[in-house]
Amino acid sequence: MKTFRKGGVHPAENKISSGSSILDLPVPGLVTVHLSQHLGVPAQPVVDKGDSVRTGQLIAKSAGFVSANIHSPVSGTVQKIEPVPDITGYPKMAIVIEVRGDEWIETIDRTDTIVRPDKLSREEIIARISEMGVVGMGGATFPSHVKVSVPKGKKAEILIINGVECEPYLTSDHRLMLEKGEEILIGAGFLMRALPVDQAVIGIEKNKPDAIEHLRKLSSGYPGIRVEPLKVKYPQGGEKQLIKAITGREVPSGGLPIDVGAVVHNIGTAFAVYEAIAKNKPLFERVVTVTGKSLAKNANFKVRIGTPVSSLIEAAGGLPDDTGKVISGGPMMGRALPGLNAPVTKGTSGIVVMKANESVRKTVMNCIRCARCASACPMGLEPYFLMSLGDARRWEEMETARALDCMECGSCSFTCPSNRPLLDYIRIGKTNVNRILKARKS
Amino acid sequence: MSATNLLTVSHSPHEYTSESVQKIMYRVLIAMLPAFAVSLIFFGLGALIVTAVAVVSCMLFEYLIARFLLKIKPSLWDGSAAVTGVLLAFNVPSNLPVWMIVVGSLVAIGVAKMSFGGLGKNPFNPALAGRVFLLISFPAQMTSWPKAVESRFAYLDATTGATPLGILKEGLKNGQPMSDLMKDLPEYSQMFLGNMSGSLGEISALALLIGGLYLIWKKVITWHIPVSILGTVVLFTGLLWLINPDQYTDPLFHLLAGGIMLGAIFMATDMVTSPMTPAGQIIFGIGIGFITCLIRIFGAYPEGVSFAILIMNALVPLIDKYVKPKRFGEVRKNG
Amino acid sequence: MNTIVITIISLSLIGVLAGVILFLIAQKFKVFEDPRIDDVEAVLPGANCGGCGYPGCRNFADACVKSENLDSLFCPVGGNDGMVKVAAVLGRAAVAKEPTVAVVRCSGNPDYRMRTARYDSAPTCEIASGLFAGDTACSYGCLGLGDCEAACDFDAIHMNPLTLLPEVIDDKCNSCGACVRACPKKIIELRKRNKKDRKIFVSCVNQDKGATARKACSVACIGCKACQKVCEFDAITIGNFLAYIDPVKCRLCRKCVEVCPTNSILEINFPPRKTAESELCLTEISPN
Repeated sequence: MKTFRKGGVHPAENKISSGSSILDLPVPGLVTVHLSQHLGVPAQPVVDKGDSVRTGQLIAKSAGFVSANIHSPVSGTVQKIEPVPDITGYPKMAIVIEVRGDEWIETIDRTDTIVRPDKLSREEIIARISEMGVVGMGGATFPSHVKVSVPKGKKAEILIINGVECEPYLTSDHRLMLEKGEEILIGAGFLMRALPVDQAVIGIEKNKPDAIEHLRKLSSGYPGIRVEPLKVKYPQGGEKQLIKAITGREVPSGGLPIDVGAVVHNIGTAFAVYEAIAKNKPLFERVVTVTGKSLAKNANFKVRIGTPVSSLIEAAGGLPDDTGKVISGGPMMGRALPGLNAPVTKGTSGIVVMKANESVRKTVMNCIRCARCASACPMGLEPYFLMSLGDARRWEEMETARALDCMECGSCSFTCPSNRPLLDYIRIGKTNVNRILKARKS
Repeated sequence: MSATNLLTVSHSPHEYTSESVQKIMYRVLIAMLPAFAVSLIFFGLGALIVTAVAVVSCMLFEYLIARFLLKIKPSLWDGSAAVTGVLLAFNVPSNLPVWMIVVGSLVAIGVAKMSFGGLGKNPFNPALAGRVFLLISFPAQMTSWPKAVESRFAYLDATTGATPLGILKEGLKNGQPMSDLMKDLPEYSQMFLGNMSGSLGEISALALLIGGLYLIWKKVITWHIPVSILGTVVLFTGLLWLINPDQYTDPLFHLLAGGIMLGAIFMATDMVTSPMTPAGQIIFGIGIGFITCLIRIFGAYPEGVSFAILIMNALVPLIDKYVKPKRFGEVRKNG
Repeated sequence: MNTIVITIISLSLIGVLAGVILFLIAQKFKVFEDPRIDDVEAVLPGANCGGCGYPGCRNFADACVKSENLDSLFCPVGGNDGMVKVAAVLGRAAVAKEPTVAVVRCSGNPDYRMRTARYDSAPTCEIASGLFAGDTACSYGCLGLGDCEAACDFDAIHMNPLTLLPEVIDDKCNSCGACVRACPKKIIELRKRNKKDRKIFVSCVNQDKGATARKACSVACIGCKACQKVCEFDAITIGNFLAYIDPVKCRLCRKCVEVCPTNSILEINFPPRKTAESELCLTEISPN
């Protein structure tokens, strides 16, 4: 079975919610839609305080090449447009909408029937993806229309659909593959035509045999698309590791997947592309796994973006008493929330409620030079070395030690027997190295 | 969310393995049990006293130095001091006086470990540093080896004899031919089990091998260092033996005699003082094997593993500086 | 006897030969340096703290010698006296600068500013601020992890374990600016030093709307402009719901302190007031 050779760790899978089919979470009373739902330039609002909006209506416009449109997830009135704390607690510009009813714009096809528009040209597909505000749903939220616009001089040879979902606890992609398999394949077809490539591979980890079986069966009707089961190892879902496992090629350090002819899109993105083109539906809701060992109910909810995290926790039975951390994303790369008021964004793949004893950091000890971190690093770096450089604030040496290659997967900190906060220091190193690089350019 | 139940915020990842320094150290102690059992069988009382004194004094010195000299929080139960104590005991004869063991522990823990900053900061293997200090300071007592089995119920007054390597060195110096000397040396099968003179832990290749396999199974060590050390020894001595079997013994003898098995499996593999990359570890192992053979065959001492490991320990920072792991997507600049 | 004589002669010859070789090499590879650099370096404090903006005292001395005038060069540790000495060595005019001192502009201790989360990552302010806005209700306030204390080479700033805020020891502070640069929240400012170390400043950097700021911390500046209205010297500006007192224009009249509704403006090292209101003001006599 294919896998990536270098590094990797094996956290417990804890896919508690893999059997829960997708449920619609009721629309909340107030939504907060931040203008930065994506990587790149934040969108610019096209509505004002007091305006009435309908579900699916454009409320903020893309403000650059690497930027994306944002559409209202609800119908109601714009209450205010001002800085509101996001999941980091830092106030960022957001459009707050008071919800009334759930009136959608007429152009959206709300039925479930499978539609297969096949008369669209490549440019039309890319334009529609851009118009509908589709961004990477794996969590990185990179604007998708930029990813399918292959830069001059580079050629796309293969499309890889990321159905790996290697993070423990998260099951939203798994449920999407089981319940919306046909739609995903049609979406993948659109992406294939947009690049253009004639082959697509869907990578799925072995711990989802039902999804592998289901998509394999369906893909027989889609020439050029095949399913590749992969060994269960974290971080197989990282795009560089996925490309290595499926094609055997390594994305060069400092380069992009297109440099080896590959383009990777998340399974949720393929579904969003289907909805954007076949159903005229902009991206304003997504599947979010709400899970935790002590939660009364583990579920996969379809949530409107802007819904406060507290609504999801309430729907799952409330916050358990033994909660230590609430994570947006998965336990390996997700962000620990300081409070439950922050809203769900286009990139929120899951809310994981971790018990205090599950997520507690033990006492930090001296590095015993066991090199487990270096063995675990999928990018071949030396985390113990990067941490001591970061602690001594030797940023230039961190740049030489290729700190920027770090994908922040957390395998190093996960595996350290001395409980050293390796990734904390590597992150601060990356921030400072980027600051130095920016200063050098100017 | 009540006031008493605040959410915790930290950088990712938010879950961790159950691995700990303590677990690693205790696995090493378990791996040393077969060798300890053999030492009790062959050296009895002496082995028990020496090991107990070494372990207790190492742990005591670590606690006292951390608490009163360095004024840091002592982490006594992480197991590293106990491991150093057992390894120090394994490297000395079973009739070593108590006060010498204590001095050795003080050097091992105080000088070779704590003075550099404690766990993880020492460049040299502490047990070996203690052992070499004792060897150079008290050469007579450190080279009087109790005879196996005969010395079981004695301690300081145990009957002594020479180790196989000692017999070899002396005999070759006196001009005796190899065929004569081979009669004085124990049978290889006995050497494999441990029935020979030597330090507490080095005698039984079998017990050490069992311990080594356990460590590899539990992923505490990898094969790179032991195999490269032993492989180099076999190549070096094998080559010489093929050229002149009258002057040099065969490689199997060299593997079974002396402390090379102990050194390859337990001493050189100490993670704090060995290189961080597999390629670096192989270079490290080759160096140790090479220097050991040089000292054994051409040097003044009959055994050279301790010195070889300490010398290569000094080169580890250099090895780590130039031997880096292969990065993912490494772009090799041409020209 | 012979061996001793031979030994002495041969070792002496080796010594002389080595000395000659070293001398010749030292002359051949000698780097010419302006001798004035040594002279200037001799009158500098030698702290190598970087407060002047140069990496080390010698580089600062080098810059002094090579520049046309000393206008843009200042060593905060030596201060005006030190620059006078440098000027004397170089035969140039000394430019006197207003002495300054580091001031911490946050009063949000746990009594005033609620803790809203538990921080459990590597304990530095830089790492914490890169992760989130802080474990308190105010996303601008001091994180309490002591990067400022760690950056100070002069033992002049320490974290108070009860208030979780840094405190500056005025006598030891020489305004090198290390703590200012170390603070990721930009809470510490170098302000003009006054007689008797008196200070008046707005102890807050919160830029949220008044109501939000007040909810986060009971001594926050809410941008109500009451202080600006009473200031007769035009020293106060308000921007982003935050008041700022210009330390140069301020005449220490204390009128703004009296009218601040949240007691956000602090007066330090002043004699206690005679009115009943003084009980409500946050007067610190001197930080111990």
